Amino acid sequence: MADEKKKKTIKTLKIDVDKCNGCRACEVICSAFHAEPKYSSNNPARSRIRVVRDPLRDVYVPVYAGEYAAAECAGRDKYTIDGKEYDECTFCRASCPSRDEFKEPDSGLPLKCDMCEGEDEPLCVQWCITDALTCEVREEEVAEDETEEQEELEIGLEVLADKYGMEKILDAVARMSNSNSS
Amino acid sequence: MRYAETGFNLEIDLTRGNIERVETDPKETELYLGGLGTNAKLLWDRVPPEVEPFSPENLLIFGAGLLCGTPAIGCNRTIVSTISPQTRLMAFSMMGGFWAPELKHAGYDKVVLRGKSPDLVYIHIHDDKVEIRDASHLHGKGAVETQELIRRELKDPKLQVSAIGLAGENRVFYASIEQGRSSASRLGIGAVMGDKGVKAIAVRGTKDVNVARPAEFFELCQEVLKYIQHREKNPIPGVMPILAGLGSPQEMKVHDEKWHTENFMWGNSRERKKGFWNDEIAESWTAAMESMRTRLISCYNCPLKCGATISPPGQPTYMMKCFSKLTYTMAAHSDLDFGLRIAQKATEYGVDGFSTPQVMAFALELYEDGILTNEDMPGLPSDNEERFHWLLDRIVRREGIGDVLANGTYWAAKEIGKGAEAFAHNNIKKHEQLPLKLSMLNPIYFLMYSTGEKINITQIEGQFPQAPFPKREQREEFVKDWIQVPDEKFKQYFLDWELRGENSIPYYPTPEMTCDIVDWQERMHYIDDALGMCAGLSSFPLKPPYHIHNYPKFISAGAGFDMDEDRLTQAAKRYRNLVRAINIRRGMRRKDEAPPANHWKKRFPELEKELLDTYYEYKGWNNDGIPTAATLKEQGLGYVAEDFLKRGILTGGDDEASSETAPAEQETA
Repeated sequence: MADEKKKKTIKTLKIDVDKCNGCRACEVICSAFHAEPKYSSNNPARSRIRVVRDPLRDVYVPVYAGEYAAAECAGRDKYTIDGKEYDECTFCRASCPSRDEFKEPDSGLPLKCDMCEGEDEPLCVQWCITDALTCEVREEEVAEDETEEQEELEIGLEVLADKYGMEKILDAVARMSNSNSS
Repeated sequence: MRYAETGFNLEIDLTRGNIERVETDPKETELYLGGLGTNAKLLWDRVPPEVEPFSPENLLIFGAGLLCGTPAIGCNRTIVSTISPQTRLMAFSMMGGFWAPELKHAGYDKVVLRGKSPDLVYIHIHDDKVEIRDASHLHGKGAVETQELIRRELKDPKLQVSAIGLAGENRVFYASIEQGRSSASRLGIGAVMGDKGVKAIAVRGTKDVNVARPAEFFELCQEVLKYIQHREKNPIPGVMPILAGLGSPQEMKVHDEKWHTENFMWGNSRERKKGFWNDEIAESWTAAMESMRTRLISCYNCPLKCGATISPPGQPTYMMKCFSKLTYTMAAHSDLDFGLRIAQKATEYGVDGFSTPQVMAFALELYEDGILTNEDMPGLPSDNEERFHWLLDRIVRREGIGDVLANGTYWAAKEIGKGAEAFAHNNIKKHEQLPLKLSMLNPIYFLMYSTGEKINITQIEGQFPQAPFPKREQREEFVKDWIQVPDEKFKQYFLDWELRGENSIPYYPTPEMTCDIVDWQERMHYIDDALGMCAGLSSFPLKPPYHIHNYPKFISAGAGFDMDEDRLTQAAKRYRNLVRAINIRRGMRRKDEAPPANHWKKRFPELEKELLDTYYEYKGWNNDGIPTAATLKEQGLGYVAEDFLKRGILTGGDDEASSETAPAEQETA
């Protein structure tokens, strides 16, 4: 058992900004798929993908909603690529206090891309027939969960030991195991 | 709950600065669908025929189509309706882009403007918040520039903005409304917007648009998407490149311009250049396009790339669509480099890409002929291309001769006199047509040109091939998967249509067949214009993904009311007749329904008369083109019949008698 490897499916969204025609079909269908009931309404403002577009400057960047961030970054990023300057935070996926992106328009709750669970491919990819959005699925072999957990535990303990010293950690563990058994 | 539509219009009285959110009657939606249909109802109800185009009582309606804002692919058109200063009839120009869906998400189906603002203003709509804002700082700004300035001023890059340029502000009769990569250009609706003192309408919406039967609606969309992919992979063989695929068309993608440059006329719609297209020109025009074209782009929720971002070196970037790619080039006998450059200026000024080049070519013809002199055109440059820039600058400012030319060729010729009328030779109902002059009368096109009230052939034609295919095998191949026909008989019409001999134009298709064909083509355009569907995915190209068989399903699953092919045909008939009724009430009659005299070399007056007679009867119109009381009542337009009777347009009991008491057509601008 311990030697067995586990297979994990990894979905990579590939975004080719050069192929994007700026039509926002991805936003339309994402918001429709996530409506309750499914497809009953649509509203790009609720979409978990958004095309940052500025046609006159030839900026077309589809971005997916990622993790929620409680606070904004200490600094912001502004990229220039091939002479085109992108607005602050263009490439960032976070739903964060610094901007309106990836939040439910009425409640303000954060949105996150879930790759359209249950579908072969996310809907945005299915509806992007210009192929700016494609999805690649691959399987990776990963170590059995137990080993992984063990590694994580040891990394965590090492960090704590570095910070507090091994003795204090051992004392604490002894105390905790005593109180648990009593 | 209302489905597909929001159920609310925004009524703005510019004179008083009053803004109201008005709930609409869902019964009207079932009768007139939306977009053009409900726009026409508002114009009929509220703009009597005495109202001048530049009167505060004229309405300017921005209507989102019924299915705009739903996931129906390519459904993004805003139908702008008003009374045209040029034709003095109903104008209903349309624009794609992103504005109509945004308006729906803000919670409105239409913006209805009335009155006149004393100062230049713009309107800002963000969901429930609507404000009229000062636009004095935007005076004279370009239509594209204005969109950008407003986005910056309001710090909202997601605003969709419809704006006019200098031409609209100065009430040029062919001024456009520009919006993103699209524009509503025909018939001078930009001039009406300028007259109302509105520089722009900026919209942002974050509300839901609902559909009635979600799973079914989604399935229909999926089918359309698949069919588009199928058509993109399988262009129709045997027709010119732009007619082989879908789109409005995807003109920016196509480099092969043999068909346009050799079949359309150059200059003031005068000269056909057979053999023009050669390798050298192909190479240089392709290079010009590729050096300026940054990207092929689309409208909202549409995979077809009909537009492009164009960056002419040394000039600001703009977005171009469709055939304006070549109109300036051909009017000036120049090349694509010139055409793409002057179109940048014209887009900022906000003028129609069809009328404008023709008006300028017309002026230069008058000059060559001595009707316009150096006195009329002081400072006219000697270089041909510079002359076009010079004229454009004067037209949009209404400076000197520009003030006359700003009214279009029909009115300008009248004002100039001295035989100038003969040079305004390419108009129907006072409006400049595509520069086409052909040899043999085509019965289908004869009827479409004559009776079309969109007054632009590309907005009427489609569905049925423009010409017969030479070989029977080709025709058999074509009809095999022709699922779009409303009736199998259309396949037979096409199979029997020959290039030469008995079954060729002008006597084949027969008048009866021609009526069927024209009616079908027109019906599909009218349906598109109510739903907000782009003609490029429906009524314009051959074998489109949307057609009479799947449209009823889209409407019933989307908007939630019962619909089938018959009902949809009836609805389209209803508002098609309402559009005609508005124009009839404004004086339009049979005498106005004629293509330019020189459109074809070979004309057949008797056949033409028969065609028009047959078609009028087919449509339920009397011999003067007026819908009969019976026709009107049958379509639930009894109120129109009553009005016609009251005005003496129809005489009681005898529908066939055409009226002698029609209001005199006004000839003052």
